[in-house]
Amino acid sequence: MSSASSPMAPPRSFIWSRRIFLTLLAGFVLVPVYVMLSSSLKPLSDVTGKFRWLPSGLTIRPYIDIWSTVPLAKYFMNSLIVSVAATVCSVVIAVFAAYAVSRYEFRGKRVFTVTVLSTQMFPGILFLLPLFLLYVNIGNATGIALFGSRGGLILTYLTFSLPFSIWMLIGYFDSVPRDLDEAALVDGCGPLGALLRVVVPAAIPGIVAVAVYAFMTAWGEVLFASVMTNDSTRTLAVGLQGYSTLNDVYWNQIMAASLVVSVPVVAGFLLLQRYLVAGLTAGAVK
Amino acid sequence: MRKNPSDPAAPGPRRRRGERIRRIGLPYLLLLPALILELLVHLVPMVIGIVMSFKELTQFYIRDWGTAPWTGFGNYKVSVDFSAPVGKSLLHSFFVTVAFTLLSVAFCWLLGTVTAIYMQDNFRGRGFLRALFLIPYALPVYAAVITWVFMFQHDNGLVNHVLHDQLHITSKPSFWLIGDNSFYALLIVHVWKGWPFAFLIVMAGLQNIPKELYEAASIDGAGMLQQIRRITLPSLRPVNQVLVLVLFLWTFNDFNTPYVLFGRAAPEAADLISVHIYQASFVTWNFGTGSAMSVLLLLFLLVVTGVYLVITSRGRRSADV
Amino acid sequence: MRSIRAAAVGAVTMSLALAATACGGGSSTGGGSNDSPKTLTYWASNQGASIAIDKKVLQPELEKFKKQTGITVKLEVVPWSDLLNRILTATTSGQGPDVLNIGNTWSASLQATGAFLPWSTANFAKIGGKDRFVDSALGSTGATGKDPAAVPLYSMAYALYYNKQIFADAGISQPPATWAEVVADGKKIEAKGKQALGAEGANVSENIHHTFVFAKQHGAEFFTADGKADFTNDGVVAAVKQYVDLMAKDKVIPVGNAEYAQNQSVSDFAKGKTAMLMWQSASANLKSQGMSESSYGIAPIPVQSGSPGTGVQTNSMVAGINLAVFKNTNNLDGSTKFVKFMTSDAEQKILNTAYSSIPPVKTAQEDTAFNTPANAVLKNTLATSAAALPQVADESQFETAVGTAVKNLFADAAAGRAVTTASVKAELEKAQQQMPAK
Repeated sequence: MSSASSPMAPPRSFIWSRRIFLTLLAGFVLVPVYVMLSSSLKPLSDVTGKFRWLPSGLTIRPYIDIWSTVPLAKYFMNSLIVSVAATVCSVVIAVFAAYAVSRYEFRGKRVFTVTVLSTQMFPGILFLLPLFLLYVNIGNATGIALFGSRGGLILTYLTFSLPFSIWMLIGYFDSVPRDLDEAALVDGCGPLGALLRVVVPAAIPGIVAVAVYAFMTAWGEVLFASVMTNDSTRTLAVGLQGYSTLNDVYWNQIMAASLVVSVPVVAGFLLLQRYLVAGLTAGAVK
Repeated sequence: MRKNPSDPAAPGPRRRRGERIRRIGLPYLLLLPALILELLVHLVPMVIGIVMSFKELTQFYIRDWGTAPWTGFGNYKVSVDFSAPVGKSLLHSFFVTVAFTLLSVAFCWLLGTVTAIYMQDNFRGRGFLRALFLIPYALPVYAAVITWVFMFQHDNGLVNHVLHDQLHITSKPSFWLIGDNSFYALLIVHVWKGWPFAFLIVMAGLQNIPKELYEAASIDGAGMLQQIRRITLPSLRPVNQVLVLVLFLWTFNDFNTPYVLFGRAAPEAADLISVHIYQASFVTWNFGTGSAMSVLLLLFLLVVTGVYLVITSRGRRSADV
Repeated sequence: MRSIRAAAVGAVTMSLALAATACGGGSSTGGGSNDSPKTLTYWASNQGASIAIDKKVLQPELEKFKKQTGITVKLEVVPWSDLLNRILTATTSGQGPDVLNIGNTWSASLQATGAFLPWSTANFAKIGGKDRFVDSALGSTGATGKDPAAVPLYSMAYALYYNKQIFADAGISQPPATWAEVVADGKKIEAKGKQALGAEGANVSENIHHTFVFAKQHGAEFFTADGKADFTNDGVVAAVKQYVDLMAKDKVIPVGNAEYAQNQSVSDFAKGKTAMLMWQSASANLKSQGMSESSYGIAPIPVQSGSPGTGVQTNSMVAGINLAVFKNTNNLDGSTKFVKFMTSDAEQKILNTAYSSIPPVKTAQEDTAFNTPANAVLKNTLATSAAALPQVADESQFETAVGTAVKNLFADAAAGRAVTTASVKAELEKAQQQMPAK
């Protein structure tokens, strides 16, 4: 039985309301993006004067200057390394933990899930300073440099995204029928095999969503990055503030830099899209 | 009692015992990495932070915070003394944050869910639109917010340009970054940046609803709205339960957006509690008070979460077939 | 069984970790050492048009230092938005630079942490003696009665920059010397369609700098002699009201400036939109925005009446950057040598020229490079009519509390709400009660 699109076509009223809604929404989303794009092509005088919809003169100067005003390439690499590493680790750890909670009964399960969720309530400012102290002390005691290194940031970010990832994956795994697991076990896989061969593929949309979330958490975090990085390990999120200097805010360069660093991320999203909506293989068990 | 899926047909007794140990140990092993990390990064620093709230930790003692004098509940007393300015402004900030969070979560969730439902079926341009809608979420926070700062400027911003110069809706340009409108400016920016996340999560959740349910319902004569009400929303319940809660918690604790939008001195109408505490602690070197305020914030969120889970888990158990 | 054991292991681990962190506050409380005599880490503040420019200015000087002493200096230029946070974490953890720039108004607050090397007479002797430095600059290096926590590096003062063309068009021949003249000139300028005076209404620091001057001119102080906050005395209230009235009553500052916090007022001036600007050493900034030096004039900040001087004739705060050494540096000798290098006459000339500031070193100040019209006013102000911001440990709180109060008052003015003595006093009352009780 194929899982193609619904055999019943939606009513016309639905289609029209959809068109109107989506158009308005696209407008709402796009206006700031257009502002970013057009401002990035404007000379500085345009962006420090009255707003104009169209640039008075197109210039790609901002795109050239951004690399020298602030070491953008270095910050970009740092952000990329930190975010990808944090995402991969976070997803792997979350998948294992969520599988345990979803498929097993064990003592302390409730405590674990409640504790993990409760961490979402912690205001960042409360544990910023203590975490920083902890890293410094570990660094002094063991020689592993956590403070000021990318490793420390990776560790921090992967833990930030863990609770929500685990919680969401529990939900997604829960909706994968146990029949699939049992079928795999009957076929001779161990529990881990069942996880990797059956549950994970069935929950790909959830895993991708969680990976996206983990990546964005690491990519956009400002508070901890500003405290825990030095000049060579600084990430984009903090580094972009360098365009607001003592003298002036180089709006056109900020917009250009933001676009430049967003394009790969958005492109990545585009590629991942189809995984987000891969349908459940409903026919496998039947 | 849920069936244990790794209960195979009986092998020999010795092999079963080894397997039983592995079976019992396996969940703990799977959880271990997550647990260690949570302890290290979240829990232990939290405890230290709580300890700090009982000390008078100002710039005089920051070099060796262990030696700061204990002040018992002194920092807490100052924070909840609502007749004094410090307590009063904290309370005001609290109410502003509650209002802001409820509105923001409502709009983000609504937009995300409606959009996900509209985009469920395949139509021309769906892929492109989906990528487009994720852009606000994909942008770095600083870039997104600074763009809105740029747009909200009183003299040179787009918003006033459109509202005042082009559409003549307002008689004179309004202030968005200071004054009473700052609340709405903050709300707009936050919803703009946050709704794609709800969209993302709901969209993934919609994938697991079997199409057969919809087909059966429409054969039974149910219309679009009825299908949404009877099938989509209940099926999304587990996803929504978590989504709404985390949206609430994250929005309440959000620091980046108001900080970039308003700097360290937020206007009173948009004085969110996270920036307020930051100003009361980091900026004024008064970490003891800042920690105490953060602990109070944490307690409030604990209560809210507890209540929320109790209310919603009743529903979850019944849906958990 | 297993879960109890697991829980026990967890508890032990946790308490060990707790103990480890609780014991060590982080920084060693010992004095500095000379363990790494060949390297230094230096955090510079952002003084130029961008971080990249700062690096370009400083790097050659650091090379010179290396040639002279063999010490490699690792430079990091920290943006202002980050600097105080970074200093805080460096102080807390003991892991920071050896030498760093600090805003001179932070000196007393940072001195209270005990993290910086005090500049005793002995230490001063290593860099040539205290007398080398201008008195007003020394007045902003820490609490009175204590050894300075830092050494002056760059000095700046506020001046009134005015657009010659707009003044000519409005028929004004001389820059205003009193506030009454500012208001009168403002009206003439506005009649010609230009904005009169720019201000950064939402910038907490700028607000403090200006209201401090107004308070001095009203003969009032923000702190009592024993260091208690006193923001509601009549003089301070009148001072703050006078500043805000420039927007609220006199309409000399346009309402749009109430939300300025990113130097938009400087851009407005550079673009010829505003006629007057009160700013710290703005020449380098204006040049980078394309305004030629000949198109603007520089005059002292106005006073209530008469001419600038001391006491009620004060017309600027002593602005500047100080150079501090962390007490637990690994290279005490090297750090001292670096401070000596940076405050030497030669380096003072080079750096202060690059940043359009005034050297706080007397002999360097004499150099002809600092006698240009741009610098003459600033030098004079620093020498005769500038006063230091209160050097109290609560300086950061003071800046935040009062600066925010003024920001709120500007917002009121912009929204058209009345700014009265009562409303000003109420805001200042709120600010005062946020100060830590003594």
